[in-house]
Amino acid sequence: MELALASLLNGVTYGLLLFMLSSGLTLIFSMMGVLNFAHASFYMLGAYFGYVISTRVGFYPALILAPLAVGAIGAAVERFGLRRAHASGHVSELLFTFGLAIVIEEVVHVIWGKTPVPYRVPASLDGPLFTLYSSTFPTYKAFMMGISVAMLGALYAGLTRTRVGLVIRAALSRPDMAEALGHNVPRVFMLVFGGGTALAALAGVIGGNAFITEPGMAAALGPIVFVVVVVGGLGSLTGAFIASLAIGIIQTFAVSLDYSIQGMSLSRVAPVLPYLIMVAMLIARPRGLMGTRES
Amino acid sequence: MKGGAWTWGAYAALLLALPLVFRSGFAMSLFCQAGIVAIFALSYNMLLGQTGLLSFGHAVYYGLGALFTIHALNLAAAGWHLPVTLMPLVGAASGLAFGIVLGYVTTRRAGTTFAMISLGVGEMVAACSLMFPGFFGGEAGISGNRSTGEPFLGITYGPQIQMYYLVAAWLLLSTAAMYALTRTPLGRMANAVRDNPQRAQFVGYDPQWVRFMMVALSGFFAGLAGGLAALNYEIVSAESLSAYTSGLVLLATYLGGIRSFAGPILGAVAVTLMQTVLASFTTAWPFYFGLVFLATVLFVPGGIAGVVHLHKRLWEARLLRRAAPVYARMALPVVVAFASGVVLVEMAYRASAGAPLKLAGWQLDARSSATWIAAVASFAVACLACRWAWRAAQPRWTEVSALIGEAR
Amino acid sequence: MNRLAAAVLVLSVTAIAAFPAAAQVRIAYIDPLSGAMGATGEHGLNELQFAAEQANAKGGVLGQKIEIVPMDNKLSAQESLILLKSAIDQGIRYISQGNGSSVAGALIDAINKHNERNPDQSVVFLNYAAVDPDFTNDKCSFWHFRFDANSDMKMEALTSHMQGDKGIKKVYLLNQDYSFGHQVAKAARAMLTAKRPDVQIVGEELHPLAKVKDFSPYVAKIQASGADSVITGNWGNDLALLVKAARDANLHVNFYTYYAGTVGVPQAMGEAGVDHVKVVSYWNANGTPASMQPLIEAYKKKHGAMSDPYSQALRSAVEFLVAGMKKANSTDPAKVAKAMEGMTIEGPFGPMTMRAEDHQLIQPLFIGTFVKAGGKLKRPAEGTTDFAFREEQKLDGPATARPTTCKMRRP
Repeated sequence: MELALASLLNGVTYGLLLFMLSSGLTLIFSMMGVLNFAHASFYMLGAYFGYVISTRVGFYPALILAPLAVGAIGAAVERFGLRRAHASGHVSELLFTFGLAIVIEEVVHVIWGKTPVPYRVPASLDGPLFTLYSSTFPTYKAFMMGISVAMLGALYAGLTRTRVGLVIRAALSRPDMAEALGHNVPRVFMLVFGGGTALAALAGVIGGNAFITEPGMAAALGPIVFVVVVVGGLGSLTGAFIASLAIGIIQTFAVSLDYSIQGMSLSRVAPVLPYLIMVAMLIARPRGLMGTRES
Repeated sequence: MKGGAWTWGAYAALLLALPLVFRSGFAMSLFCQAGIVAIFALSYNMLLGQTGLLSFGHAVYYGLGALFTIHALNLAAAGWHLPVTLMPLVGAASGLAFGIVLGYVTTRRAGTTFAMISLGVGEMVAACSLMFPGFFGGEAGISGNRSTGEPFLGITYGPQIQMYYLVAAWLLLSTAAMYALTRTPLGRMANAVRDNPQRAQFVGYDPQWVRFMMVALSGFFAGLAGGLAALNYEIVSAESLSAYTSGLVLLATYLGGIRSFAGPILGAVAVTLMQTVLASFTTAWPFYFGLVFLATVLFVPGGIAGVVHLHKRLWEARLLRRAAPVYARMALPVVVAFASGVVLVEMAYRASAGAPLKLAGWQLDARSSATWIAAVASFAVACLACRWAWRAAQPRWTEVSALIGEAR
Repeated sequence: MNRLAAAVLVLSVTAIAAFPAAAQVRIAYIDPLSGAMGATGEHGLNELQFAAEQANAKGGVLGQKIEIVPMDNKLSAQESLILLKSAIDQGIRYISQGNGSSVAGALIDAINKHNERNPDQSVVFLNYAAVDPDFTNDKCSFWHFRFDANSDMKMEALTSHMQGDKGIKKVYLLNQDYSFGHQVAKAARAMLTAKRPDVQIVGEELHPLAKVKDFSPYVAKIQASGADSVITGNWGNDLALLVKAARDANLHVNFYTYYAGTVGVPQAMGEAGVDHVKVVSYWNANGTPASMQPLIEAYKKKHGAMSDPYSQALRSAVEFLVAGMKKANSTDPAKVAKAMEGMTIEGPFGPMTMRAEDHQLIQPLFIGTFVKAGGKLKRPAEGTTDFAFREEQKLDGPATARPTTCKMRRP
């Protein structure tokens, strides 16, 4: 019972962290149909910027400043790089982000070195929040969960209730019409890309000190984020939310359960499960769980 | 580009003559590696360039082909008779088999969906490789000895040069086969499916069937490349299946040019050189790798083959002399910008490691601000000079491009 | 433009290769110098170069200086084979490598084949950190010398230490799912059952290598099993994240590890690991004799970092090489290899013997605990200033030696 409850809690936490990471990518993917391979790299940049700012100024300012900085970089990348690649087609955009990921990782190597940096959880958020049977649940994880849910709420409200959100959604489903109506669709694209990368950076600021901040973090988390976005479906934030929770819980329970299939224990297979789910989903229902369109 | 007996003859002659010019063992290994990557890249282009299928998991066929071949090699040592010369066919056969199985599952959709499925499948197979060490060899991989069995006409494949000629022979055969494929109805329909799947459907061909066939055949050649790799390195490990290898072949193919048949060969050579030779000169090579890739995507989407093709057309239209002033104007600023950019990057890498940079006899200290200011200044000035020169040269270039457009 | 540059590069490289090798003892260092494991490789390179400089300062060997040739293999076995060929072309006869048993295995194989096919151009392999026991057992080779204790020897030392601790009742085995992790789990089980039959192994788990970000599910399982100790071969982030997750969940276990001192781990563990993490190592930074202090200070001054505990085997390798060359009065690898067999050198912690039957170095091993630095613990752990390793137990060389199944074929 204890294990089951602990696993549920861990699963939900992991799922919410995945959502934090993938919310930005869902936005970008839905918006421009381009799979941003460098999304996890912006996550990494956010973590490093968060480290630098929190050691100089403080953790709470870093929560705002780091995403802004990375968002600005993202917008610049869109304006000067991605837009050019867009002219040559989807494949070029994808490959551009591919090359960008490599370059960002190398830049991080040069500036901050190849070993992890001592980015620590702030003292005010360190320590246990409550005790569940014999194990404790850290305050910081609760903080992460809170930010993640707040992110979902803010994005949902922003997209459905504000004017900017309306324009974005219009440009998502009918870009030509939106442009014909007089909206500056390229500028909207740039803002959305910048916004998506800023969200990734926020996830980085929060996740970087709990999970280690080092140059390999982008490559480690990159693939799983794609799984979430694809399984959740294009154009659907709620889909991404459900998919991240589902994957988080399934993966965690796969580890906790002592179940074996023909001598291969389920826990060994656990981290490969998301890919299995993704492939199965793509074959059966390429739109994803709640996608509004197929690419 | 590769039309006519002359081109084929020159190709074969080049492959024959290379070891006579470059004799060192290192050069031999380099050629073998380039040749194997060339076959791999050509097979990848069957999907990307000819059928419009972007795959992130192509290393699966390559790696599995390599694994089956190395197991066959070990079986041959235990008595099962298959000449080493034909071993790559084992890899090819396994690549074909997996191409059929995985292709059936993955080609239901195209575009980004196919790319994501291939990514997922690639990750799964790569993860399996560590979990099932019996077949995959685990982290240490499976090793074999290509000098097993009786020597055939005195060839044991012990010396690297014999391995090179084996790779060259298979490269020639595979290139011919894949080129022939592009001339068959299947090849043409693959192009049609790439350009307009709906129209292809109206004409009566099932796009899914065409894609499936191309994946299977592409798997055949990728497995062949894997088999040659198994023989060349005499070891196959999990890295042959990894996302890194999939990324590498994508890079090589795109860099070479996906619209041209021979593009991937050029890309394979370039990437091999970058990986091996460039890496021995500088630890900043991944950065250059990424930059080259970005530059290709943004500025030269046709790849190396595209550039060569452009100049071939200039030559044929006798416009080279007209275009010459453009090159003359741009040459110096570009070279200086390139050199100072390289110095900047190298200094940045040295600064983090603390070592001095030795360049053509000079010693530059990466920690001194004077050197930094000088390098940044020269780079900035050179970039501005480039822009200025381009502005002056652009009218001439537009004129020449328009003329080629007409002379088509 | 690209092709021209390529042609120029190839020509220049082959031109360099054509020059005759200078009369120097050259050791090629084939390890990752870029990418994820680049930091570890760089540390090893620094140690090797430092050791070579020390040897050269004492006059070199047989009138020649030792030169180190770094080669970046990007942690790829295939790349390493190409670099090996390049090294052989340049006339280099000594290769050193340590990061990754997969690469080491490929190199041993290739070197065996090369030496067989070219007996007058033989090459010797100095392995400083690849710990797969096979290399000194079933896959042993006359040309391979291992200067690090192999993973079975380290498990022997760990379990000997655990044997004496009566507080250990339930042990959990958590390892990375690849050959090394499998080997650690297997050895742990075998040796624990032999030494402490009363200890219960309450769980055994394998997780994918370098893929897990959140170890809390695994920690929850360990908690549910009631274990008081965890044996793990995890390294790098896998170890640091595990220790952090354990602290977050308030899990009170002791971790018995192989690689708690590697680049980046002490820093990432931080407070979470204090008093809970033990490590087995051949290098005791706070137990070095007075004679070594000037050397350690010189290294610190030059590289701005503490000596890397996992690369000290390179120093031993250079010492053995120099001694072997002097004994054989030659730099020919075949003769030097014969001379190095069975040789004993006095190391900083006691005698080190290169066992002739399997070319495994037998040296003292230490068990240490990760604690706060200060007081007598003047040398902090790698990458930190507040934490250090405190010696708990020392095992002399003979106590760490294990039997071997090596049937070495000598030339």
